[in-house]
Amino acid sequence: MSTALAARRSVAEVLDHVWRNRSAIQSRDAYAMMLLALGRENPRLACLATDMDYEDHFAAELPRQYVDLGIAEQNMIGVAAGMTVAAGPVFANGMSPFAIARAYEQIKIDVAGANLPVKIVGTHAGLASGHYGPTHHSLEDIGATRMLPNMTVVVPGDAWEAVQATVAVANDPGPAYLRLGRLATPTLYDERTDFVLGKARVLREPGRVVFLATGPYPNLVAAEAARALASRGVSAGHLNMHTVKPLDREAVLEAGARAEVLVTIEDHRAVGGLGGAVCEVVAEAGGPPVRRIGVPDVHYDLVGGEQYLLDRAGINTANAINQALDVLA
Amino acid sequence: MLTQAPPENTAARLAVDIRRKVIEMSGSPNGVHIGGSMSIADLLAVLYGEVLRQPAGEGPPGEGDYLILSKGQASAALYAALAATGVIPEAECATYAEEDSRLGGHPMKRLPGVEFSTGALGHGLSLGLGVALAGRRYGHDGRAFVILGDGELQEGSNWEAAMAASHLGADNLTAIVDRNGWQISGRTEDCMSLEPLADKWASFGWRVRTIDGHDHDHIRQALGGPAEPGRPTAVIARTIKARGVPGLHDTKKSHAATLDEDARRLALAVLDGEPV
Repeated sequence: MSTALAARRSVAEVLDHVWRNRSAIQSRDAYAMMLLALGRENPRLACLATDMDYEDHFAAELPRQYVDLGIAEQNMIGVAAGMTVAAGPVFANGMSPFAIARAYEQIKIDVAGANLPVKIVGTHAGLASGHYGPTHHSLEDIGATRMLPNMTVVVPGDAWEAVQATVAVANDPGPAYLRLGRLATPTLYDERTDFVLGKARVLREPGRVVFLATGPYPNLVAAEAARALASRGVSAGHLNMHTVKPLDREAVLEAGARAEVLVTIEDHRAVGGLGGAVCEVVAEAGGPPVRRIGVPDVHYDLVGGEQYLLDRAGINTANAINQALDVLA
Repeated sequence: MLTQAPPENTAARLAVDIRRKVIEMSGSPNGVHIGGSMSIADLLAVLYGEVLRQPAGEGPPGEGDYLILSKGQASAALYAALAATGVIPEAECATYAEEDSRLGGHPMKRLPGVEFSTGALGHGLSLGLGVALAGRRYGHDGRAFVILGDGELQEGSNWEAAMAASHLGADNLTAIVDRNGWQISGRTEDCMSLEPLADKWASFGWRVRTIDGHDHDHIRQALGGPAEPGRPTAVIARTIKARGVPGLHDTKKSHAATLDEDARRLALAVLDGEPV
């Protein structure tokens, strides 16, 4: 754990610190810094954990606002819901594959159905656990959570967006799922702009092709693919769909009105997640063909690091370009 | 908040009233979980009559005591208790399971007096632990009571919560096990044995009391007394499924049933102590 985590910072100071170091900080550490700052400012904020270690500073400084429930995700989600009688927001932390899939019934009934201010934060999402294998991959979590009423589903694109999103979900009255990865990733941003839940960020203006991506690596793939197409004379846009629910329909439809093909990119199953959500909007409202890039419908038990697994699943720049050109051809 | 001790017979009167309302609701063609509703009637009567201080839904959020009916299938008994204590209109019981009623087969949060929707088994103890922890850490003195079915304890999430509650010293949490001995497919001990049940709770660090779940003095002593500092309390209430309902008393088939008019009249007569 970085010693930078131990420094006492206000919410504004965390924003500044993470902005300056946005390509060097892991999203989960940036989130933990922000959670501590938010917890200092709001004594009703609670932090629940399931045997994680990145909230150590929170536990040390704000022990009354902290509960470790051990390796027991179902219980953590129920406890989080119960605590809202007097606390909130309640941040429930776990590794994404366990916090979502194992505790899904508790999330469905006790959190989403009840519309309570429980914020589930899942780290190691997508293929971030790499060689640890499919037990530790989380490829169904976006789809599973976006099907639930009242839920907000946010996938920050880098550490900077992670802290902005943390503030946003803390201030939102309803339940949320904040999906984080594991390692530090290059930033998507060279200027500070406001983060708005449910509002896509235009990283490159729409053209004949628009890439719609969610999460760190998918957005990096989208940025690179858009640049490559542009250099070949094919105008290509890039939207960062950090909020998968509520989906920014307006941004999708505007992109669809201008583009000849939309390509979605996510480190999640190709069904049910961002690609599914975009297809639902485009199918109902009309628009160009949509190509979805994500993990195919197979038990994905290759051994390798995150980048290797992403590449083998076709979540890479070459495939993004090919999918777009295939439709344009 | 109750400002004075209720009349001595409050629980006794409530118990009869709850049973009467459950029998009346069991005319619903959709069926009522009458067995498990009648087995907790005395527990609810003592809780609502004498134990719960300002039950959830009657005061400011985060204050008073909370009762969570984790075995949500016994919703009819809960509705009866809420109606008998004026939380919902008495006449509303007649709408049980009808279209657009607030009274479904399992209790929903949108009904006053119901803090958490229940029915999927194995959720309530975690919810109750959360309420208890919030009470300790966020400055209210409310207690959490959770009524669990005995068959429900086969869900593993209960034991996650049981482990955590003693580890965290949640002495303002009480689990009440409705030990009627039955589940849908038959006797609990034939389906998936629970015994030695008191030992299980004790080994998880809980103070355990085993009582006659139909004896109001037993219930009062178990639920009304002071907490043991640092330990949650488990009350194993030995009960009888569909207690006192002719033809259904202590039977597997009482799990869910519809009583026709004659059966309801007979059950009400037995309840009132009339010769039948």
